[in-house]
Amino acid sequence: MADLKYESPTTTEAAVALLAAGGEMARVFAGGTDLLVQMHEEMIEPTLLVDIKSIKETREITFEADYVRIGAAVTGAELGENDKLVAMWPGVVEAVELIGSYQVQGRATIAGNLCNASPAADSVPAMIAAGASVCIAGPTGTHEIPVEQMAVSPGKTSLAQGEFVTSILLPNRPSNAGDAYLRFIPRTEMDIAVVGVGVSIELNADGTCASARLSLGAVSATAQLVKAASGILVGNKLDDTVLEALASAASDACSPIDDKRGTIEFRTKVAGVLACRATKIAWQRAEKN
Amino acid sequence: MARHLITTTINGDEVEFACQPGQTLLEVLRTELGMNGTKNGCGSGDCGSCTVIVNDRPINACLVLGVELEGAQVETIEGMADGTELHPLQQKFLDHAALQCGICTPGILNMAKAFLAKNPDPTESEVRFGLAGNLCRCTGYDKIVRAVLDAAQEMRAPK
Ligand SMILES: Cc1cc2nc3c(=O)[nH]c(=O)nc-3n(C[C@H](O)[C@H](O)[C@H](O)COP(=O)(O)OP(=O)(O)OC[C@H]3O[C@@H](n4cnc5c(N)ncnc54)[C@H](O)[C@@H]3O)c2cc1C
Ligand code: FES
Ligand code: FES
Repeated sequence: MADLKYESPTTTEAAVALLAAGGEMARVFAGGTDLLVQMHEEMIEPTLLVDIKSIKETREITFEADYVRIGAAVTGAELGENDKLVAMWPGVVEAVELIGSYQVQGRATIAGNLCNASPAADSVPAMIAAGASVCIAGPTGTHEIPVEQMAVSPGKTSLAQGEFVTSILLPNRPSNAGDAYLRFIPRTEMDIAVVGVGVSIELNADGTCASARLSLGAVSATAQLVKAASGILVGNKLDDTVLEALASAASDACSPIDDKRGTIEFRTKVAGVLACRATKIAWQRAEKN
Repeated sequence: MARHLITTTINGDEVEFACQPGQTLLEVLRTELGMNGTKNGCGSGDCGSCTVIVNDRPINACLVLGVELEGAQVETIEGMADGTELHPLQQKFLDHAALQCGICTPGILNMAKAFLAKNPDPTESEVRFGLAGNLCRCTGYDKIVRAVLDAAQEMRAPK
């Protein structure tokens, strides 16, 4: 850590310039709950930390015409305290609230959870299910990508040098729609997902499914959208045949690792079970909306 | 290497300190400021023994940098008692013998204080979830949970 520098720019442009000039060893610094742990364990030795928390727009949650914009430095605790957001995207918020302890919640951001690119990051399947997109600023200007295009492999993102996430956009949820997130962990708190499932459902007036997105985390190198789930659910009600097909589709999408926390067989089976349970919760929420 | 000069408020007093960019608040408190009440158990956010309150939120001091604290309000265990008058949580921890070696205690007291400020009338299970980020390898937690519930009751009672 000998030559570490710390900068706290107040504008997006200044942050981009610092990151672009800082090269490979520059890191965006948000809550630090992954970054400082990795530095403490000497997994990484950055030479520049660009703290984005002094950039005003990264600190705000704003409700706009078509979406909610969540600034990249908004903490998990702040998300959970925003009643309007909790009502709109309960599944996304419940996923965020699973991250760490209260102490970690006071610091951790969803953009950091996404950009750390862990396959087991809890908020990511929930954001993918919600159809969220990521606003990126960089040397060539700004652009948006779907959340599922951010992680490319464990620990690696598709961000180019000098780019960083300024905010995450959650679409405004239509009525008759709901979302949910469930994970399996060996403990009851403070653990890393062995399987995580995010589901977002929209219902027709007749109670059949109008649209559905299901995403799995921790069972492949990056969190993924299970495209087959939508075909199984849309046009149908949630009966046993549909649930069985959904469980198989989720299990089929798995290509998990085998470790002491969960074998391949276990993770594959649990993905199917949790996919059904999360879908039922999202469905019930949709019926109440 | 550039040292940053930071002005912050710790336990109500304005404090100025110099720190290196990579120094955590935990290191600043313990080595730069000689405030050893905040304990170092893991350095990676897992044990909660370094829990302090920054701008009304409980956080792990090992996962915050000193350079981030310009203008911040920091509360540590050293500021918990009012002179010689113990905070109700501190008194209840003594009454219930909710500590043995004491390493986890400053962090748990700060977490409990921040938690009760948000949730003054918690259930036992809420207290257990509230303290999920704090490890104690001595007590088995029961006495800690009882002390927090008892303190909560006393703190709710009209004075
Ligand atoms: C005790 C503990 C428990 C945890 N439990 C969980 C858990 O249950 N589930 C879970 O998913 N995670 C967990 N985590 C991991 C971590 O808290 C989350 O991943 C968190 O959301 C990271 O956010 P951050 O703001 O702290 O990120 P940082 O640590 O600030 O950043 C993480 C990475 O993303 C990059 N980055 C951050 N923001 C941006 C941005 N805006 N643009 C580009 N790159 C960026 C950083 O350079 C870094 O590489 C835990 C961590 C700890 C310490
Ligand atoms: S020392 Fe900070 S959480 Fe353990
Ligand atoms: S009293 Fe020893 S760790 Fe809690």
